Amino acid sequence: MTEPAPALVDGIPATASFDVTSAEGLELEARSQWSYARQRFLRHRLAMIGLFGLLVVFGAGAFAPWVAPYTFDQIDLLNVLHPPTMAAHHFFGTDEIGRDYLSRTIYGIRTSEQVGLAVAVIASLFGLFVGAVAGFYRGWIDNAIMRITDLVLTLPVLVTLLTVSALLAGSGGGGQWTITFILAGFFWTPIARVVRGVFLSLREKEYVEAARAVGAGDLRIMFRHMLPNTLGPVVVNGTLAVADAIITEAFLSFLGFGIKPPTPSIGSLVAGGQQFPQKWWLTVLPGLVLVVIVVCVNFVGDGLRDALDPQQRRVRA
Amino acid sequence: MPEPMLAIRDLAVEFRTEDGIVHAVDGISYDVFEGETLGIVGESGSGKSVSTLALLGLIPQPPGRIVSGTAMFKGADLLTMKKRELRRFRGDEVAMVFQDPMTSLNPVLKIGFQLCEAIETHYPKEPNDKVKARVIDLLRLVGVPNPETRVNQYPHEFSGGMRQRAMIAMAIANSPSLLIADEPTTALDVTIQAQVLEVLKRVQEETHAATILITHDLGIVAEMCERVLVMYGGKIVEQGDVHTIFQNPRHPYTIGLMDSLPKLTEDEEWLRPIPGQPPSLISRPPGCAFHPRCFLSQGRLPCREQVPELRSIDGGPEHTSACHFAEELIGHHSKFSPGPVPSGGAV
Amino acid sequence: MLTYIARRILYSIPVLVVSSFICFTFVSLAGDPLGDLRANPRTTGGIITHLQHVYHLDRSIPVRYGYWLKDVFTHKFGVSLNTSQPIWPDITRAMGHTVQVILIAQLIALVLGVAVGIFSAIRQYSIFDYTFTTVSFLGYAMPTFWLALLLQILFVDIYLKWHVRIFYTSGLNTHGSATWSLDRLQHIALPVATLSIVSFALYSRFMRASMLDAINTDYVRTARAKGLPERVVIMRHVFRNALIPIVTVSALQFGFLLGGAVVTETIFTLDGMGYYFIQKLGQSDVYAIMGYLMVVAVSIVLFNLIADILYGFLDPRIRYD
Repeated sequence: MTEPAPALVDGIPATASFDVTSAEGLELEARSQWSYARQRFLRHRLAMIGLFGLLVVFGAGAFAPWVAPYTFDQIDLLNVLHPPTMAAHHFFGTDEIGRDYLSRTIYGIRTSEQVGLAVAVIASLFGLFVGAVAGFYRGWIDNAIMRITDLVLTLPVLVTLLTVSALLAGSGGGGQWTITFILAGFFWTPIARVVRGVFLSLREKEYVEAARAVGAGDLRIMFRHMLPNTLGPVVVNGTLAVADAIITEAFLSFLGFGIKPPTPSIGSLVAGGQQFPQKWWLTVLPGLVLVVIVVCVNFVGDGLRDALDPQQRRVRA
Repeated sequence: MPEPMLAIRDLAVEFRTEDGIVHAVDGISYDVFEGETLGIVGESGSGKSVSTLALLGLIPQPPGRIVSGTAMFKGADLLTMKKRELRRFRGDEVAMVFQDPMTSLNPVLKIGFQLCEAIETHYPKEPNDKVKARVIDLLRLVGVPNPETRVNQYPHEFSGGMRQRAMIAMAIANSPSLLIADEPTTALDVTIQAQVLEVLKRVQEETHAATILITHDLGIVAEMCERVLVMYGGKIVEQGDVHTIFQNPRHPYTIGLMDSLPKLTEDEEWLRPIPGQPPSLISRPPGCAFHPRCFLSQGRLPCREQVPELRSIDGGPEHTSACHFAEELIGHHSKFSPGPVPSGGAV
Repeated sequence: MLTYIARRILYSIPVLVVSSFICFTFVSLAGDPLGDLRANPRTTGGIITHLQHVYHLDRSIPVRYGYWLKDVFTHKFGVSLNTSQPIWPDITRAMGHTVQVILIAQLIALVLGVAVGIFSAIRQYSIFDYTFTTVSFLGYAMPTFWLALLLQILFVDIYLKWHVRIFYTSGLNTHGSATWSLDRLQHIALPVATLSIVSFALYSRFMRASMLDAINTDYVRTARAKGLPERVVIMRHVFRNALIPIVTVSALQFGFLLGGAVVTETIFTLDGMGYYFIQKLGQSDVYAIMGYLMVVAVSIVLFNLIADILYGFLDPRIRYD
């Protein structure tokens, strides 16, 4: 049974008479950019492994008083320099005055994560602000800021650290927060660079002109239109900065210029273990924890980059 | 009817992506005859480029896969021959000109070197100076000024139009029997477009190569091609010689394409785009791929359930259409036909 | 090109001057070069006052900076405040050792890294690719000091258990052997290994990414469409383009490492730039530290320039006029 032919008027066909979009297979699912990104991130296997690892390790650090079998300075002179064992929960062995190494490591993780996360957050916020101003206003502000970042890059971390610590020596300098702020003072530059780059390129885009034509002020343009575009790279860089900050802090503490005992720090643990090269667990195990942290952070960073970078087209083989 | 130089049968290509399998080309068949210019028209995503890339084995195989089909070229099946065999055809018998001349040339190698490379790969025994002389001649043929100097320059020193001319020169360097031009002018300004098309015409006259011209621009098809294929959703929906297609289109999509073009000699109030969106190549609705946007279909059952076959219309095998109700379009004259002018228009 | 180089050098001078002043201020504020002497009960107040005067420590910082600047040009960075030894010979000696170590390490890392990167990219998604990507991922994540210690422990253990000495774990030479002897190689083998592993991880990842970028370009498709054999496509078209970023990165790395791989040299007690720096930092020896910092700053600027020149050399699109 055929249906009647459609009307042709003057040889010109009438237009389609039913709703095209509801025909099967043509429904478009509107998804916001963020939910799309979240979905991609959750599908990224390595990122999930990294996230899980981080939760375990950072969680142990955060809840150290409850998780660690001993406190970090509990001395047991009967059990000096014991290799790792199941007995008495000394899974990481003991050090030269019998302190449980696992507990010391866990407290060290706690310090590391505090420093790492704080540095990343401070550096990201500061870098975001500075980069936005430089990229948006251009001109001499941009120039000045760029020269400052160049200068920061030429300053050696160690020297600056020493100076500031020495200057604050009176008020207990060399403490955790001194290190945090100094490190943040170095880590903001790449983020500022990236944000500035995004702002510079977006500035010329038509929708900024359009917004201005409608009467939007500077701040509104910056916040509403340009900032969201920087969040992707900032989040990725910030995440990777956590790993960098943790390693830098460990390295500084290792050399003796960073966080000094008795505040526990993985770097100083490894440094202390150097005196007993035969007792491998003193140096290897804390460092291993560090490697795990860095690898996990890198996995998560990779996953975030995949999820937030719209240019990526990964085809699963 | 002479033997076709290239006979493609049931070619199907798919791509595996994160979101599913994309059926880029869904079983197409066509012929190319010696010396003719065949146009392939379609929107982005219609599969027009993919079908020709498949011929030369240029589809990256991990995501892509040639599911089925044969492509007989001078007696050999391009789709099933070994890579080494296929390489002998590429750049020699069958050559391709790509869309974007900015990125299609290696930026760190001189133009002359890249052209000589095209020749030396297939004729390694030729002496260097002879090859170089031929390259300079080729550049002159395609209209690059001062070829002797230009031959030692880098791609970024050429303008867009000149780069495309160099690409064409590279493609015809070994006098191919088949030249495939994939949207050669899409990335260029309109005035440069005209020049490059001139070059293509001249090149055809010189080499008598058959040409497949892929484009989404009907104007180019009208100017350059003898026969036309219209593709939609990975399939061929209409095929015929250029006059017939333009004057008596027999597929609603083709008609829609023609109608969406503004015409200077008519007094139109509104432009008439084809409503809706191109189909998703991953989740294909059953039936005809075009039916959701089709003015002719009206939601009729055959359109919704059966994929229409490509069959002859108006008597001859030369004009085919894949529409269940193509007959209803008989008598329809497009606005390009020399028939009666619709009322209200000035001539 | 020459004007470009001259311009770059000219621009870096003010940056160097400003940063040297800031560093000088920092270092001077950070510690007291005479601290050790003061702590020594046998030093009299008279000696301290005398030294303070000779070393201008009783003047303000900008004035001291002025004296230092003068010494830089007239006395080749002057004389160490602690040891009264001229600084320049010390620095050149330390530099020589550092260069030896990092040159070998970088060469190994570069050759291996490039090779692995190329194969990984060509055989993407293969076992080879996954293995090496994972390995370099781990190598990249390992903190240098941990890796160095790990190697040290491994080989100390072996020695002590089996009394076989393959590699030394500290120092540059056993007494009496020459610079280019087997003994020296035995000593620097482990530090070189440490540095190579980390650099290798960086280079192979970079090379792989670079190759993959190049492989997916339109001009590679054109090359294939011309009928070129795959081997030629890879070597002539892909590799040539992918190499450019690697060359610049390695030049930058080299410049950076000239500051001495501080950690590695400390752990293996090698008499190099990094070790020198740490020692002097501990003693707050202002002139020595400044000498080190200036040499490092200049080499970073120099290698940045070299990296840019190489880039312009390899990529004809970049022309500096």
